[in-house]
Amino acid sequence: MDLGLDVSERDGYTVLAVRGEVDVYTAPRFRERLIELVSEGKHRIIIDLEGVDFLDSTGLGVLVGGLKRLRSHDGDLLLVCTQSRILKVFEITGLTKVFSIYDSVDDAVAS
Amino acid sequence: MTERAVQLEIPAGAEYVALARLVVSAMAAGETQLSDDRVDDLKIAVSEACTNAIEAHDALDTEERVVVGCWADETYLEVRIEDRGTGFDVSNLPEHPPVTDPERLKFERGLGIPLIRALVDEVEFSSSDDGTAVRLVMRHDDELDGDTR
Repeated sequence: MDLGLDVSERDGYTVLAVRGEVDVYTAPRFRERLIELVSEGKHRIIIDLEGVDFLDSTGLGVLVGGLKRLRSHDGDLLLVCTQSRILKVFEITGLTKVFSIYDSVDDAVAS
Repeated sequence: MTERAVQLEIPAGAEYVALARLVVSAMAAGETQLSDDRVDDLKIAVSEACTNAIEAHDALDTEERVVVGCWADETYLEVRIEDRGTGFDVSNLPEHPPVTDPERLKFERGLGIPLIRALVDEVEFSSSDDGTAVRLVMRHDDELDGDTR
């Protein structure tokens, strides 16, 4: 199962675009990449979930851990997601109240 | 109960959870009239239950396999995930702070079972010292009387 993790820079933000399925098998790679970025001093991160086909609670856990890590550095973690099937897991778990979720990277950067 | 249509025995490895999702979604597409959205919901629930099962086997360092069974008829699809872990008390799970509490960010886990409960029409946990069975049921759209989830 392939997981894509593409990093780019955009107007002072680091954008991590995730592609594929995020579950117990792939989540460790996602977590590791996020931790690497924070360790490199990237403290304003946008995670673009538009290419994600599947995300379960292990993926949510990676995002929660990332947000905690970034806040401890006075940073921020923004999400980009418009897919209803992915947004649904945020809504059910109440995490829409925790994360700032935008329709596009442009919108997130402009926030 | 109809005949057992599919039974899958997977090694307790994280890489096999996607296979369980694939089999269940193929079964749903082939044997039922569940909408794509509801199949997606079921795939998340199956993923959560299989993840818990695999972690239970990991904790025991056992080579035993996790069993995923699927049944379907005209009215419903049932998936049963069975492990040989040490079991857990579903009525006594650790409580986490509400998501709006900053302390909640200390917990990366604990969202799987709430997701299962929210996403499927019926869920039943049967757990003992010899293992856990999770029964997930999705009823077909036309059986839900206008339930639009």
